[in-house]
This record gives sequence, C-alpha cells and structure tokens, in this order.
Amino acid sequence: MSEEKYIPKSKLGQWFDSRLPLLTLSHHLQSYPTPKNLNYWWTFGGILTFCLITQIVTGLVLAMHYVAHVDHAFQSIEHIMRDVNYGWLIRYVHANGASMFFLAVYIHIFRALFYGSYKAPREVIWIIGLLIYILMMATAFMGYVLPWGQMSFWGATVITNLFSAIPFIGESITTWLWGGYSVDNPTLNRFYSLHYFLSFLIFGLVVLHIWALHVPGNNNPTGIEIKKDGSETMPFHPYMVMKDLLALLLFISVFLWFVFFAPNVLGHPDNYIEANPLVTPAHIVPEWYLLPFYAILRAIPSKLGGVIFMFSAIFILMLLPWLDTSKVRSAIFRPIYKIFFWVLVFVVILLGYLGAKPPEGIYLILSRLATAYYFIHFLLILPALGRYEKTDPLPQSISDPVLNKPGILDKFKKAAAKYEGENVGSFK
Amino acid sequence: MLVRLSKFIIIIIFSTLPFVVFAEEKKINFIETNWSFDGLFGTFDRASLQRGYQVYQEVCAGCHSAQHLSYRNLSEKGGPEFSIEEAKAIASQFEIQDGPNSDGEMFMRSARLSDKFAKPYPNVEASTAANGGAYPPDMSVLAKARVGGADYIYSLLLGYEEAPENFDLDDGVYYNKYMSGKKIKMSEPLSDGVVEYTDGTESSKIQMAKDVTNFLVWASEPHLESRHRMGFKTIIYLIILITLVYMSKQKVWSRFGSKPEEDEETFDKIEKAVSEYEGEDPKTFK
Repeated sequence: MSEEKYIPKSKLGQWFDSRLPLLTLSHHLQSYPTPKNLNYWWTFGGILTFCLITQIVTGLVLAMHYVAHVDHAFQSIEHIMRDVNYGWLIRYVHANGASMFFLAVYIHIFRALFYGSYKAPREVIWIIGLLIYILMMATAFMGYVLPWGQMSFWGATVITNLFSAIPFIGESITTWLWGGYSVDNPTLNRFYSLHYFLSFLIFGLVVLHIWALHVPGNNNPTGIEIKKDGSETMPFHPYMVMKDLLALLLFISVFLWFVFFAPNVLGHPDNYIEANPLVTPAHIVPEWYLLPFYAILRAIPSKLGGVIFMFSAIFILMLLPWLDTSKVRSAIFRPIYKIFFWVLVFVVILLGYLGAKPPEGIYLILSRLATAYYFIHFLLILPALGRYEKTDPLPQSISDPVLNKPGILDKFKKAAAKYEGENVGSFK
Repeated sequence: MLVRLSKFIIIIIFSTLPFVVFAEEKKINFIETNWSFDGLFGTFDRASLQRGYQVYQEVCAGCHSAQHLSYRNLSEKGGPEFSIEEAKAIASQFEIQDGPNSDGEMFMRSARLSDKFAKPYPNVEASTAANGGAYPPDMSVLAKARVGGADYIYSLLLGYEEAPENFDLDDGVYYNKYMSGKKIKMSEPLSDGVVEYTDGTESSKIQMAKDVTNFLVWASEPHLESRHRMGFKTIIYLIILITLVYMSKQKVWSRFGSKPEEDEETFDKIEKAVSEYEGEDPKTFK
C-alpha cells in the first residue's frame, strides 16, 4: 500500500509519537487505502463494530441494575423494565441488539463467502473472524440465560447437557460447568461473570481482526489484486467513513424499528415466565441465530454424533481457505460456484427454519438432507469446483470502466441482442 | 449509486422477512380485535384501563397476583392515570406485611403508594395448593408471556363453551377452545354483570374481557406509550439525518473522479448515438 511515513507537525507531537506512535496509528486509520470499487456489502464491518460497542455500553448499564441470583434475577429484569429510568429502552436495545449483531455477522460472513475474502493472503483474518463468531454465540447463549425465564433455564440445561455426551469424562465436565448437579444459582453466577468477560475478549479479537485486515488490505468485489500505486484506492477517511455512516444509519433504522415497535418479536414468550425446574416447556428452542446449528444437532440420531456434527459445522469453516482450491476469489467470475453459493444460503436458512420445528416426520428428514448437503458443500463441492470449474476471464484491473458498474455489461449485451434480433428477424 | 443503494435496502428488508414469517406463525386463530395500543401511534384508552383494573381487582386478584406492579403505577403517566388521591385510596384498602419492628415482630399495615400489589397467597406453593394443583400465573407480565399476547387473553376469556360430546373432562376442569389441549382448570371468570362499573359502562362479558385485557397489556408493558412516542420521533429524526448524510456522502464522493452515474450517462449517449445511426429508435420500433 502506498503510505508515506507520517511525521507529526508539532514538536510535542513528534516527541510523543516517537515514544508511543498513537498519532501514527490515527493517521494510518484515516489514510488507510481502500479499493474504490467496494460495494455496500463491505459496510458491515463498521456496522458490526457499532453493534459490539452498543452491546458493551448497554450491557454496562444493565449490569448496574441486574442481580445474578435465581431468586432475584427475574425480578431485577422487571425492575429494569419498570422502575429504572429508560431501563426498558436500554434492555430492549441490548436484547434486540444481540439479534441485530447476528443478522449483521451473517451478512458479513456470507459476503466473505461470495467474494472469496477468506482466500490467501487473508486466511488469518477469516480465522480470527470465526473465533469472534464462536465467542459471540457463547456470549449470546449465556446472556439469554441471565433473565432466568423458562427458556433461559431450559436452554441452559439442554446446551450444557451436550457436554455429558463426551465419553468417560462427560458427566464430570457437566457437573463442573454447572457448579452443582443441575443448572442452578452457581451456574447463573458464572454465566453472568463469563457473559461480561467474553464481550471484552471479543473486543480484543476485533482489534486483531482489523489489524490483520490492515496488513493485506481489503478484498474487493472483483477479487483481483488492486494496484499498489494509489490509483485504485481511496483514503478511508472521508470516503469510506461517509459510506459506512450512511449504511450504518439505514441499519440503525431497522434496529430501532424492532426496539420501538416490535421489541419482543425476536424473543420467545416463555422467557417472560420465571424459570421453573419442575415444568418443562413444550418446545425448547434457542434464539433464532442459533437455530441452524440446533437443527444439525437434532438431525443426528446419536447424542454424541449430534454434538460432533454441530461443532464440526462451525469448525469446518476454519478449513475453508484450504478446502476451496479455486484460484479465483470472487463468485462474479465463478459461474458454477455462484449457483452453489445461493444453494448454500438457502440450505442454511432452511436449517434455521427446521431448527424451530419439532424434530419429527418431514422436518427430521429435511434437516438430515440439509445437514448432509451442508457438509457436502464444503467437503466435496468446493474442492471439486476448484479443480473442474471453468471460470470467466478476469479483468486486468478494477479500474476497467465496464466493471465499475457490473450491470452495464449486461445492458450492452441486451442492447446488442435487441438490435441483432430486429435485424435478423424479418421486420415482421 | 441510487440504484445500488435501493438494491441494498431491498435486500435488507428481505433479510428481515424470516422474522416476519416466524412472527406470523405464532398467530393462531384468536378472535380478531382492534386494540388501541397496536400500531405506530398506539396508546391506551384510560377509561378502559381504569375499568380493567376494577375487573382485575374484583375478579382476577382473588387468585392471580401481579407482583411486579406497585400502587403508584396506577397514577403514573401512560397508565390508568388515577389521581394520586384515588391511587392512595385504592392502596389503603389492602393490608401489607411489614417489619420487623423494633421488637423484632412482623406487623400488618395498610398499603401505601410505594408498595407492590398485595398478593392473594404468600407463595407459589400456597397458591397452587389452594387451586387444585394448578398455579394461577402471576399477571404482571402475562400479556408478554403467552403466544398471541392480548389476543390470546381476550380469546381465552371468551372461549368457554360446552364441551363437545365424548370429550373427557375431569371434575374441576373446564372446556376452553383457546387453551392448549382445550382444557383449563380456571372456571369461567366473566359473566354479564359480574362487575358493576363505577363509570356506568354496561358490564357485558365482551366489554369486561376487553377492559381487563387492556389492563393486563399495560401491566406487562407500562412504558408502551412513551416507547411509541419516542419511536416515532426517532424515525423522523433518522429520515432527516439519513437524507443529510446521503447528500454529504454524494458531495464528498463527487471529488473522487468519475461516478458510476457518469458511466450510465455514457452508456445512454452511446445507445442514443447507435440508434440514431441505425435510423431507428429501438423503443418505438416494431
């Protein structure tokens, strides 16, 4: 990247910067060169940073009023909702914020899948991103336990019980996780502590994620390398900042629509019933963003098998940079991969739908097929495509004017076809 | 750029579709009602909330607690809005256990505004035992704790019927078509005239069901009105802000060489030139 060495203007700045280069860092962040052809799918990185900060700030305030005790947790949530000034707003932002965080992270992940952003030299960014995603799931799961409603309690029971499937030591691990012989006060306490801690761990990984991004620089919709001479990049500030801000505001509009007008749509009504270890809800379902993995878990007839497949479904993504052997990054130039990409999107959404349904009859059959397809996509289709797919010719550079507007090529083709059709046709 | 942005917006909207679908699925065939609190500008009907409180107090509160509500809530903005004096008078009708006093004894005193609603039973076990093994759920968040919410409560109150033939009902179990399994341990709570409304409204079964449902929705979401108000202001604010940011962004980006719109213009020019050359306008051709 063409970045000249930065020297602060003032003497004091030079003195400080030579001891701790914060000014250099700030200069780097402003002038960081970004490809000029990035589309709006690239704004989700900034949106996710906003989501994380929102969760940390609202969480901080909630923690001032919340009581992590089985006898008081549910009451303290109602206290926040009723008596704390704007407590209802802070809690609804935090609860819906989790859903919005996952909505954004799924778009971010699928964007990386579509444009091949996980390929060399960006494997480390991808793996750190997945670690963030895994921590997000753990954090969200533990956060959902804190209100101590029926779904909190039974969700915690089901998920922690998964560890008992591990042969020989499983039972002891579960007891160790619970801090007793069932989900109870010690469990709630440690989940609270971990829920708080993990958010900062995520924050740390996000710093690494961005750091790792700033080494090779952004991928772009064409997936080809951009010129290093600065002719194809624009500084992050003000260009990307303005674009990210616009996208962020649109995202916030959706977010706040949920907060103000449908704050409980994404949650389960049962979680407004206080936890009762003696009454099991009719259907125990996790939050929507965990449903695809829940469907995989239940698709496998054995408990241990289900757990293995569920975790493999996440960890297989770590191997993606090596499973996808195609040299071409962007799906724009991979006609067959493009089709399989959309099939994968459909299958994951289908798994999410099936995760919310009881595991019986047609739902069970479908979730088994979808689970099988999920693994086939990564283990068979991607390596095979890398070998046999005939990719479209890559342009020389991203400044190829036709490429600035992908639709324009189609328009030309269409216009040409129109003329051809008329000419060849018999004038009626 | 506008085209690309609108595409983006469409995709965002579509991505929220699954939620809408899930939300739709939760709605079972409850009785259709127009609630005043629904929608962007939804507010509560004060008179209905006050009547609803009366129904709750005279019919429900014998078995159902509402432990998260305080008497002061009755006079707060956005709720039934009884006057402070009325709320004090309501509170003073109830006895609350307080203590220990300086002798270490618990004692009873009449309730104040700051007290939580008095409970009909001291604990869940006592309440379960007194009601044939079925715990009458606490009503403070009931409207949020049931699939269907307000519609469910309203329908359930009006859903009592004669059990069809061959339908097995034990003693103390009643038939209700909106209850899961169609069996309910609560006998029909409402019948015409069971409450005599202080404001003179005719206390038909439907009227009471509606009033008490209103009350329970308010009880579970006491800040609903200010939430709707703030939401509306936020939307207006966001629309203005987004417009300004969009314009600034266009301005900033215009510094940076060719815009995609220009490509489109170039394309239009080429298309026009080609059609002139051909002597035929492709659009009017035929």
